[in-house]
Amino acid sequence: MADSHAGAALAHQFEDLEQQHEAASLGMWIFLATEVMFFGGLFAGYTIYRNLYMPGFDAGSHLLNVTIGAINTAVLICSSLTMALGVRAAQLGKRKTLLTFLICTLALGLAFILIKLTLEWRHDYLEGFAPGLNFTFAGPHAKSVELFFCFYFLMTGVHALHMVVGVGVLSVLLALAWKGHFGPQRYNAVETAGLYWHFVDIVWIFLFPLLYLIGGRY
Amino acid sequence: MLGHVVPKKTYFLIFGALLALTALTTSVAYLNLGQWNTIAALAIACCKATLVVLFFMHLRWSTRLMRVVLISALLWLAILISLTTTDFFSRNWTPIPESWETSRLPLPSPPAQDELRTSRQ
Repeated sequence: MADSHAGAALAHQFEDLEQQHEAASLGMWIFLATEVMFFGGLFAGYTIYRNLYMPGFDAGSHLLNVTIGAINTAVLICSSLTMALGVRAAQLGKRKTLLTFLICTLALGLAFILIKLTLEWRHDYLEGFAPGLNFTFAGPHAKSVELFFCFYFLMTGVHALHMVVGVGVLSVLLALAWKGHFGPQRYNAVETAGLYWHFVDIVWIFLFPLLYLIGGRY
Repeated sequence: MLGHVVPKKTYFLIFGALLALTALTTSVAYLNLGQWNTIAALAIACCKATLVVLFFMHLRWSTRLMRVVLISALLWLAILISLTTTDFFSRNWTPIPESWETSRLPLPSPPAQDELRTSRQ
């Protein structure tokens, strides 16, 4: 082991740091492939029921607030940018920059969850759109609208759960970064957490048009 | 140094493009394009996802192994969605023989509106 720093960062089962780095990313990509199938089942179900009950799904979609949905999309895209810049800082061994961007990402992630919870779900509940709890919408196609809201709450709920997990992961990274755990040779955890965070962003990139926009708002 | 260090400028360009596409997809929804509304929304979402995967997730600079994983994920997703939808949407294309009447699987029909509240209370 010529380089003592590399020796500390390298786990003994790997040939070199390059291989270790690739193995970490590959593991996360395979996990994300299973996540694609997890969300894919929901998307397939949504596609089928939307086509069977199109008028009700369009009516349900029109009850959602596009402005808040778009703002939340922007919040998530900002968080993806700060995460990408954070990974870059870790790559370059800039501890302070990494800490700053991790805190930004964490704050934006929490902002997304808060907006979702207080401005959307709470509003939807008070309006009587929560299936099984207080669904009291009585307009045309009410049964299909109820089905739409089942999908809406399940899909956004599962997505928000992923956000909560991401916030937890970021908190751990923040604590490790504070202790100076990461460096140019050792930032795989930041890189893989970044992959996860961007994936959750991509899920929202599809949820936003599918739930809020697809029926047209004209 | 491990991995490819992407210039900050690239990240900011992609960020700008993603915000612009979000504004585009939101404004397109307010135009009446018929069934093209759905196609436009999904096409823009696919563009945004591609940008995130290629640049933010570094796939552009990754090894072929990572690409194989992503492509296989998309392949299984395509199988999941295409086979499920072809089943559902082609069920009524051919007449069902009379002798199969008992094992018939009709498409669920929308519930009648007047039985709405009664079933609930």
